[in-house]
This record gives sequence, C-alpha cells and structure tokens, in this order.
Amino acid sequence: MALTSPENRLWWKEHLHGVEIVWISIAFLWGLVMFFTMIYWHIAGEQNLSNEAYRVAPEEYGKRVEAFAEKYKVREEGTTSIPVVRPPAGGDAYMFGRLWEWWPILELQKGQSYRLHLSSMDWLHGWSLQPANINIEIHPNYEMIITIKPDQTGVFGVICNEYCGVGHSQMVGRIYVVD
Amino acid sequence: MSMPAIFRTCPETGLKIHGSAETLIKINAVVAVVFLALGGFLGLLVAMTRWPAVHLLPAEWFYLVLTGHGINVLIFWIIFFEVAVLYFASAVLLNCRLATPIIAWAAFVLMVVGAVMNNVAVFQGESSVMFTSYVPMPAAPHFYLGLILFAVGALVAVFVFFGTLVVARQERTYEGSVPLVTFGAITAAIIAVFSITSGALALIPAFLWSVGLVSHVDSLMYRVIWWGLGHSSQQINVAAHVAVWYAIAALVLGAKPLSEKVSRTAFLLYIAFLQIASAHHILADPGITSEWKVFNTSYAMYLAVLGSMIHGMSIPGAIEAAQRRNGFTHGMFEWLRRGPWGNPAFAALVLSVVMFGIAGGITGVVLGAEQLNLLMHNTLYVPGHFHATVVAGTTLAFMGITYPLVPLIFRRELVMKKVAQWQPYLFGIGALGISLFMMGAGTLGVSRRHWDIAFTEAPVPYDYPPTAYLMLGLNGLFAIMATIGGIMFVVVIVSSILFGAKRGEAEIKRNPVVFQGGAVAVSGYGSEGTLRLPGTVVLVSLFFVSFVLYYFINWKYLSEVWPLH
Repeated sequence: MALTSPENRLWWKEHLHGVEIVWISIAFLWGLVMFFTMIYWHIAGEQNLSNEAYRVAPEEYGKRVEAFAEKYKVREEGTTSIPVVRPPAGGDAYMFGRLWEWWPILELQKGQSYRLHLSSMDWLHGWSLQPANINIEIHPNYEMIITIKPDQTGVFGVICNEYCGVGHSQMVGRIYVVD
Repeated sequence: MSMPAIFRTCPETGLKIHGSAETLIKINAVVAVVFLALGGFLGLLVAMTRWPAVHLLPAEWFYLVLTGHGINVLIFWIIFFEVAVLYFASAVLLNCRLATPIIAWAAFVLMVVGAVMNNVAVFQGESSVMFTSYVPMPAAPHFYLGLILFAVGALVAVFVFFGTLVVARQERTYEGSVPLVTFGAITAAIIAVFSITSGALALIPAFLWSVGLVSHVDSLMYRVIWWGLGHSSQQINVAAHVAVWYAIAALVLGAKPLSEKVSRTAFLLYIAFLQIASAHHILADPGITSEWKVFNTSYAMYLAVLGSMIHGMSIPGAIEAAQRRNGFTHGMFEWLRRGPWGNPAFAALVLSVVMFGIAGGITGVVLGAEQLNLLMHNTLYVPGHFHATVVAGTTLAFMGITYPLVPLIFRRELVMKKVAQWQPYLFGIGALGISLFMMGAGTLGVSRRHWDIAFTEAPVPYDYPPTAYLMLGLNGLFAIMATIGGIMFVVVIVSSILFGAKRGEAEIKRNPVVFQGGAVAVSGYGSEGTLRLPGTVVLVSLFFVSFVLYYFINWKYLSEVWPLH
C-alpha cells in the first residue's frame, strides 16, 4: 500500500511495464511538442509579446505622453474630456495608465503598424484590449514598447485588468481603428 | 524539555501513534477547517457580488472581502491542513514520535498569531490589496507582518517534519524506504521550504517599505519573487494532494501504486521543476526576455507536467487494479461503475482526480504557454483555472481524506452519514461550475478582481457581450451549490468530532475504515504482476486527446488576434 513501506525493498530496480513506458514516452514527447511550439511561434507566428522595455521615471514618461497628445490631438471625448490622439501611421503612439484612467484615447489606421509605448504613472495596471483580447501587465518605472498592427476597424475598449484600488472598475480607455 | 513520548496502538492499523503528534494533527486540522469556513463564506460574497443581477456588496467591501477570501483559503486553510498532513505522513505512518513537540506547538502559535493579525489588517479596511499585495499599492504594516509570522511558523513546522524523518530513521521505526505517501509529503515539504523562503524575500522588503525603512520596492522584482511563493505554494498543494490521493485509494480500496519506481520518479520531477512555474505569472510583463519566459514557464520542457501526467495514469490505474482484484472484472468499466460511490472519501478522490486533471491541469498548461497567455492574462480565466486546481482538486481531496481520519485520529464515528455521502458531489460539482463559468467569462475578456463589469462610472463606456453576464450568473449559482457542500462538510466534521459516538471495538468491527486485507488482496499488482488496465488506458487516452485539441484550439484563437511583436 501507499501507506506502508514498499514490499519490494529494491523498488528502484523494478522493471517498467509496457503500458507505463508507452504513456511516459507519449507524455514526454508531448512536452517537447508544446515546448517547441512556443519557439516555432516566435519564428513563424504573428503574435509575440515584445521584449523591448526601458526604465523610465513616471514623471518623465508622463511629460512625453502629454507632448505626444498635444501634438496629434484631433478631438476630446468622454465625461472627463480625454483627448483623442491620431499618431502618424507607422509612428510612435503613447498611452499611460493612472488611477483611474487610460490616457489618451488613440485613433489608429487599420493595417498600419504602430510602436505603442505603455507604462504606469503610479501602481500596477493591466492593459486589456477588448474584444480583441490582448492583455499586458503595465508597471510604473518600466516603459514597454509593442509594435501592433490593427487588422480590423471598430471601437475597442481598453479595460484595466490588474486590480488598482477602489476605482479599478471605472478605468476604461478606448482605441479607435479606422480605415 | 524532554518528556517521555506517550503512544497508543491504533486498533485498526496496528500503527503506534504518538500522543503529541495526534494532538497536533487534530489542532492543525481543526484550525484549517475554521479558516476554510471563513474563507469559503467570503468567497460566496464575492460570487454574489459578481452576479450582475445580485451585485451584493459595494466596491470597497468587495475588494476587502476578495482579499480576505484569497488569503484565508489559499494560504491559511491549505497550509494548516498541510501541516496536519505532514505530521500524519511522518509520525503516524512511520510509527514514530514527533520530533520536538514543543517547537511544533510554537510553530502552531506563530501561524495562528500571523493568520489572525493578517485578518485583522484586512478587516480594518486599509489593506484591500488582494492575496498578491503587489507593490507599490500599500497595505498596513501588520498585513505583511502577519503573513511573515505565519510563514515563519509554517517553515518551523516543515522542519519539525524533517526532524521527525530523522528520528524515524535513527530509531528504526520502519523497514526499507518510507511509504509513498510520506515520499509525496517530503516532496511537498521541500517545495514548501523554497516557496516560504521566496515569500519572506518578497514580503520582508514590502513590510520594511510599509513602515518607511525602505524607500522603494521594485514592482517587477516583487512580482517575480512573490510568485515564488504564490505559485509554488500551489505546487505544495499538488504534491500534498497527490499524496492524499494515493492515501485515500489505499485506505478505501487497499490500492497499491502500480509501480513505486514510477510514482516516486514523478514526485522527483516535481521537486526539480515545479517551482520555476512562478514564471506563469510574468509572461505578460515588461523587461523579461522570451528565452527566460519560455524555459521557466514550461518547467524546463514540461518535465513537471510529465510528473503530473504520470500520476494521471498511475492513480486511476491503481484504483482499477485494486478494484479488479476485489472482483470487479467485467468489461472495461465495472471497476469504476461499482466503486464505493457512497463512501465520501472515494467520491472525493475520483472527482478530485478528474476535475484537477481535466479542468485544472489542461487549462493551466494552456495559460502557461508564453504567447497564449496574452489571451487570458488577468482575465477571469485565471481564477477559473485555479478554482479547478485548488478547490475541485486540492480542497476536495483534503475533504476526502478527512472522512477516514475522523474515525482513525479523533476516534469518533461519523454522524449524518447521508449528508456526508452527498457532500463531495455538491461541493465538487459546485466548484467545477465556478471554474468553468469563470473560464468562460475570461475567454470573453472579463477582467478578474473586478467589481462592476458594466463599467457604470467609467469616462467612456464599454460593453462585454451579454453571454459574459450569463456566465457570471451561472458562476453565482454554482458558488451557492459549492457553499452548501462546504457547509455540509464543516457541519459533518465538527459534529462528528464533538458528538460522534466514541469508536470502540464494536464500532471498529461493524464499520471498518481501513480496507480489510487490502495489502494482501492486491499484492499481485505492482512491480511484478501483470498490468492489464483497459479502463485506465481508455480514460487516459480521452484525457490526452482533449488536452491536445484544447491546446491547439487556443493557438488558433491566438492567430486571429491583432499581429504584435
């Protein structure tokens, strides 16, 4: 029994049965398949999280985002008048999370690539693009840069999905993708 | 300090049981159940708030209650119970005295003080920072201090366990190697040392920061190290509940591992590889390279998953082998159909294995694939996954082993046997519903730890699909079902301990807890016997096919997302 010492004191010399050998081999090979699928996707897949990130002080990052918003603002929206910003196609776009908003709103062009910079001004936030369903952890002091290429038009919500205090559920931003 | 050790001989197993060990097992298990009841109740409040039509609590209370729910069940319930399991697997199974009972009591007191202190901090309302307490969101200093004291106590208890192993070896209280269940407990204890140390390394700086002695704690470093506690402590559970599965099968059916060598090797894989899974939580974070993520998140090419898949065959295999020896040999599945389904320990075992493996295991591997994580990171899919592993898996397994342990350790008859019979089904299916519907909502993008999925106060609106609302309603219904199952468990166990008939010779004869003649009956299986287990082969094949399909379906989903790099 599993509750008593093994009857065969030399249990490590037991030979394996066919069914055990087959299952262990299948399980091991499946592990390799899953491992190499991740590597394969880095080579052939189109959805890989960027490794590009920099240390940045929140104040410094905030200034850059404000300058960006100032330069490319096209209108304002929402109950708190968030600027809607239209960065040049193929260029840099900035957004930050802070208690409790995503700022600014972006308007992107379908089929164009953007270098999207993300960081937090205060606590951790979760950048969750819906319903496209891309979810990224946002830290203060770290600026992450992902290159995204929206492939559908529409209005997308940016939800905060890292708990950030009592206003967490008000923290909704937006990205427009237009033709 | 030295007191003569007092033993009794268990009339049912013939084991010599050390009085202090027995008392410590009882007290740790009882306190565990208290925290389960508290944490479970808070969980019900969470589910009732998530249910959009009910939306029970205001936001402040929701986050407070969610913090308390997570810590009480994930840390306090589980670790108190695991300490009881460790003392049982060492002192009781090895026929030996518990090393340093006084230090074991000190560990217990530290754990209680820590757990109470942490709960006080949470209920004072200044520490609604969730189970994870990510910096730089601040909690009260005694929030961290409580957790640190608890961790120190737990670490001391783990070393009492190691000490007991040494005592057993020196006093030659057993022959040959330790039993498999003890081997599993050793695995859990080794992982516990790693995991508790990581917890201290994350929480001590956070504590110093909360009292102003340290100016800054890096949020990324905190997450990497904290998850060495957060995820690894769930790996303690895996090792412990796999050991408990083997123990239940042995007690109820006289089952014996198919192969000691295979099962022990699988536990060794856990020791070597399970811990690096803290990477699962860092896959969507900046500043960490893909090479690190791929290697760590896959437990070095899925070697710990290999361990679990091995147990995934050897547990049902051991049950089938035992049942076939017990005479249920017709067809493919008579052994399963005619199992003792009215015995709550057996029902809990089977439900726990199936739900942990299929609902918990497969989804965990999918969540932990580097790129697939993008689809689900921080959505309700994550708690959906771990309610399958920790609630339907670990908690149900621990409930299952409690049914035979009440008569054996507390020496009381179970009361309300009918209630006990139905308990694992209600609790298990409730937990499964919770996890499936949370995963469903998560697949639709619903955020975890979120008070209002309608975003009523947001500056710009966003609407989740209506199906998400339906899923959270169903989640609430199944949470009620699991709560009823949980209440049934607590009521049965507490009343049995307090009011159950004392178990004398007559009761033992009439109602034996330990399978009669088990070891002899199944001795043909195991190392040298034939291994014809058609039922297990079919079940394992089904599991494997669903695993492969589900895995690749998720890559298909990923391929439809906006290109990004």
